[in-house]
Amino acid sequence: MNEFLQHIVNMLILGGTYALLGIGLTLIFGIMRVVNFAHGELYTFGAYFVYLVSTVIGVNFFLSLIIAVAFGCILGAAIEFFLLRPMRGADIDTTMLVMIGAMIVMQNTEQFVWGGVAKSVLTPFGESTLALGPVSVSWLRVFVFFSALALIAGSYLLINRTKIGKAMRATFQDRDTASLMGVNIQVIYMATFAIGSSLAAAAGALLGPVYVISPHMGDIASLKAFAIVILGGLGSIGGATIGGFILAFAEEVGAGYISSGYRDAMGFLIIILVLMFKPTGLFARSERIG
Amino acid sequence: MRRLLPLLAVLAFASIPLWLKDPYLLNACVTTGIFIIAAMSLNLLLGYTGQLSLGHVAFFGIGAYVSALTSLGFDIELFGGIRVVHEPWPVWIGFVLAVIIAGICGYLVGKLSFRVRGAYFVIVTISFAEVVRLVALNWVELTQGPLALTSIPPFTLGLPGLGYLDLYGKAANFYLVLAIGVVCYVIISRLTRSRVGRAMVALKENESLAVSVGIDVTRYLILAAVTSAAIAGAAGSLYAHYLRIIDPDVFMFLYTVTMVIMVITGGKGTLAGPIVGGLIFGFIPVVARSFASPESQWILYGALMILIVFVLPQGIVPAIERWFGVVDENEGRAKLEPAK
Repeated sequence: MNEFLQHIVNMLILGGTYALLGIGLTLIFGIMRVVNFAHGELYTFGAYFVYLVSTVIGVNFFLSLIIAVAFGCILGAAIEFFLLRPMRGADIDTTMLVMIGAMIVMQNTEQFVWGGVAKSVLTPFGESTLALGPVSVSWLRVFVFFSALALIAGSYLLINRTKIGKAMRATFQDRDTASLMGVNIQVIYMATFAIGSSLAAAAGALLGPVYVISPHMGDIASLKAFAIVILGGLGSIGGATIGGFILAFAEEVGAGYISSGYRDAMGFLIIILVLMFKPTGLFARSERIG
Repeated sequence: MRRLLPLLAVLAFASIPLWLKDPYLLNACVTTGIFIIAAMSLNLLLGYTGQLSLGHVAFFGIGAYVSALTSLGFDIELFGGIRVVHEPWPVWIGFVLAVIIAGICGYLVGKLSFRVRGAYFVIVTISFAEVVRLVALNWVELTQGPLALTSIPPFTLGLPGLGYLDLYGKAANFYLVLAIGVVCYVIISRLTRSRVGRAMVALKENESLAVSVGIDVTRYLILAAVTSAAIAGAAGSLYAHYLRIIDPDVFMFLYTVTMVIMVITGGKGTLAGPIVGGLIFGFIPVVARSFASPESQWILYGALMILIVFVLPQGIVPAIERWFGVVDENEGRAKLEPAK
């Protein structure tokens, strides 16, 4: 039973960051119809940036999280401007190839800059833990979980309560009509990609210090994010959040009780099963964002 | 001239081991050849039916593992204590089984994944490849996992009156790869120029129109998937018996990406495309290794991939054909732009 509770605690921490990855991707894929293979690399970027700013340069840990997310946002906007804007109107396969190229470049740049040795981030939390009945959780993990929840709530409010969120929802429903109503599609696309990228960077920045950071940590993060999007239904923030927790639960329980070697297979099995039996995802209320 | 070109190309390739004695370069020729065969098989799906399968390396890896395990033998215990012992079989049976089993996997994956299109199709195919990779990594009893399958026997050639000849050498393997490559080229070229090939192109151009004139979409897509997977399996078998060691890294996503780059650089939907693209990307590492680390080579690969999609989206072969104004009547039709 204690072991199971420990899995549940791990699932909550992992699930929160998976949800951030999934929300970022569901916005990008839903609004822009871009299959963002570089999503996992933005996640890696966020993790390395925290390491760079906090451990190498020595800036305050909490401040470096914010800096990492800000740079994830800038990098996302740059990718959108230089790689995706010229590809507007190209079919989905073509932009996919461009994003695969971007993924390869980013992945190997990380490997080139940081080398293959895994890095770990120094955090102000140290080794202190919070005892919750039979399980103990490190304060770092508690912080990661609540930060992820805050970011999830923030993106929900951004999409549902702000003017730009309204424009994004309109673009998702019908790009041409939104454009005719005075929505600047170029700005919306860039904002979408930048927000999605900063959420991915935030996921990496939060989860990186919990584990170790390596150039290959993002390799299948993109595909896991797709599993979450497919599970939750396209464009649904609530779906992506629940999907993130379901994937984390499947991985924790699968790794704990079946075989740790197949932990990463859970996401792929979810993709295959959902697309075979319920292609719209579990929570899609038609094609609607929010 | 157009008819003579493939023949001249084969002759030129066949002459390579006669004047190229450097073992490193010859090795590059053999592995490039194997990847060209894999790229040709991917082109059948990507170029002719228009389905971007990013899990293609799965069939390559399955071919490699089936062939290696058939010729090495194995002894495993399945659920319920059933013990399966397999004595080593000759290599050529491994090759045939690799083709057949990869083809069957192509059928099954096609059956599942052709229910969805576009981005979802791509994601299902990648998922399949990753699941297969994880099985190869974790089913240690069968595959040795990360320890790799070693001492895989090379191909043998039965000579009348002279007994058997092991194809250890690079030149011998080069001719083997060339011969199988030519067979695959002929199969693909016959297939794409037949009624079946025209049906495939029709559904790439406009699927609903193709359905409305009575083309059984799923049937042709699955036919393409099976042929393509079987040829990729053959390439995987060649790879296993040439390198004589394989580990789960044969399922790396980057290998699929390499095949995709070869096809789109050369020109998808053209017979010569994968060969031209394969030669270019097969020899970039040879040139680049003198001054660049593996990471920077991959950075170059990625950047070239973006550049090609931006600058030359149709690929090199169609660009050259347009330049010289030689457009075969049949292929000219195949390159009509889809209605936007």
